[in-house]
Amino acid sequence: MKKLMNDSEQIVEEFLQGFITVHGDSLTRINGTNVITRIDKVATKVGIISGGGSGHEPAHAGYVGPGMLDAAVAGEVFTSPGADQFLAAIQAADSGSGVLLVIKNYNGDVMNAEMAQEMAEAEGIQTEMIIVNDDVAVDDPAKRRGIAGTVLVHKITGAAAEAGKSLAEVKQLGEKAIQKMRSMSVALSACTLPSSSKPSFSLATDEMEVGIGIHGEQGMERREVMRSAEIAQLLTEHTLEELDENGSYVALINGMGSTPLLEQYVFAKDVQEQLEKRKVTLKKMYVGDYMTSLDMAGVSLTLLTVDDELLQLLHARAKTTTWTEAGNDD
Amino acid sequence: MTTEQLHEWMKETYQLIQDNKEELSALDQEVGDGDHGTNMNRGFQAIVEELPNWAGESLATTLQKIGMTLISKVGGASGPLLGTGFMRLSTSFKNEVNWGDGLESASEGIAKRGKAEVGEATLLDVWSAVSKSVREHGLDWNRVADVSRDAMERTKELEAKRGRGALLGERSIGHLDPGAVSSDYLFQALARVMKGADDECRT
Repeated sequence: MKKLMNDSEQIVEEFLQGFITVHGDSLTRINGTNVITRIDKVATKVGIISGGGSGHEPAHAGYVGPGMLDAAVAGEVFTSPGADQFLAAIQAADSGSGVLLVIKNYNGDVMNAEMAQEMAEAEGIQTEMIIVNDDVAVDDPAKRRGIAGTVLVHKITGAAAEAGKSLAEVKQLGEKAIQKMRSMSVALSACTLPSSSKPSFSLATDEMEVGIGIHGEQGMERREVMRSAEIAQLLTEHTLEELDENGSYVALINGMGSTPLLEQYVFAKDVQEQLEKRKVTLKKMYVGDYMTSLDMAGVSLTLLTVDDELLQLLHARAKTTTWTEAGNDD
Repeated sequence: MTTEQLHEWMKETYQLIQDNKEELSALDQEVGDGDHGTNMNRGFQAIVEELPNWAGESLATTLQKIGMTLISKVGGASGPLLGTGFMRLSTSFKNEVNWGDGLESASEGIAKRGKAEVGEATLLDVWSAVSKSVREHGLDWNRVADVSRDAMERTKELEAKRGRGALLGERSIGHLDPGAVSSDYLFQALARVMKGADDECRT
């Protein structure tokens, strides 16, 4: 498998170096760690941090900046960073008002984040954690993975913190979003780890994998590849199943890494038609590579039920390398 | 156990992981994301490289440093789980080296950190089986090696309830748990080092 790299074991290190080379005007890397943080630390506000394995770029470093994350940790590819790294991010994000950890529901991420919380609390830093589990492809909610919807939680909690809300209030808003949000994905081709010579699974030219996660693990079901409109119907049905049929929604269409925007916009139109058919109010759509899985081809759909409060937080000012909003008042 | 034996244990474990790195990752590809070999190799490589700097440290301090290195270098779920195991051994061995107490405390720590129970096809199955065997039969290192291997092999017949393997549900049956396999290397290495020491004492 061909990859644009020098050394598979140095790929995360070199990514971080490149990231700071490009974005060093607003972001910095904490010495001796894999933590990316804002240069212009705000004196008094709740800190928001996230992190996890690499291979999901632009997540999570791409969401560090005013209005979203204060710090992000990059682990090895598809591997949770250690507790010491999460602790460094907590320390960087703390300005005395406490720190919220936004963690995707994987055992490794949760364990390391919990250990970091214990260490931070020993240092007198107040922390809270919310666990994103938006993937409806998994039946048992306790086992549900955190996927692209995590980015919406970054935006909502980031905006709430920027607005001066307390740690408890920011946490509560994040949990509200998680409760009202569902996602599901399909893969048209698997991904290949930088350290591996073969893809994580193999699909025939006429097959797709339904219900995949973001780590190249196999999905729930393999079936004959469908047209975009049919995939839109399938994913809309599953994500809407547990949500309020009469609600207002925002939709996040997320490319898995190797899916051209040309195709993503076709899919966005198909999703819009599906929602219209069900008389669901669509307030806003986002399209693009938000939470990828290396070079996997495929797409995920996230639906979030919004009220005025959540919508306002989504539209609030943000300035990160991936997500920029002018703000409500401008 | 002397600190020299602890150093030997780490070197021997690293050798086993290095030799089986590809196999560990291939096992992980069946139930997870295929990087267990790489992660474990990175962790034990870092430990073996640090050993010379830890010369002169006490047994408990060295075990604690091993635990911290595993947490920071292995990452994922295996890092905090094995790290917790070694931290617990460190605390337990501070006053007295009692393998029964140490391994029991380590197993409890791993279960708590991973919110796992025995029989869920994880590395806890191996740690717990070894701990129980030492508790019931004392320090019979041949038995430790056998018990560890049996517990590791049994994960093949069990349905994974924790970790990414759990997402496969019943489909995880028939696959060895990669974390159980690497923990078995750890105990095979331990048994080999300690058995060698016993033989030396006898002659």
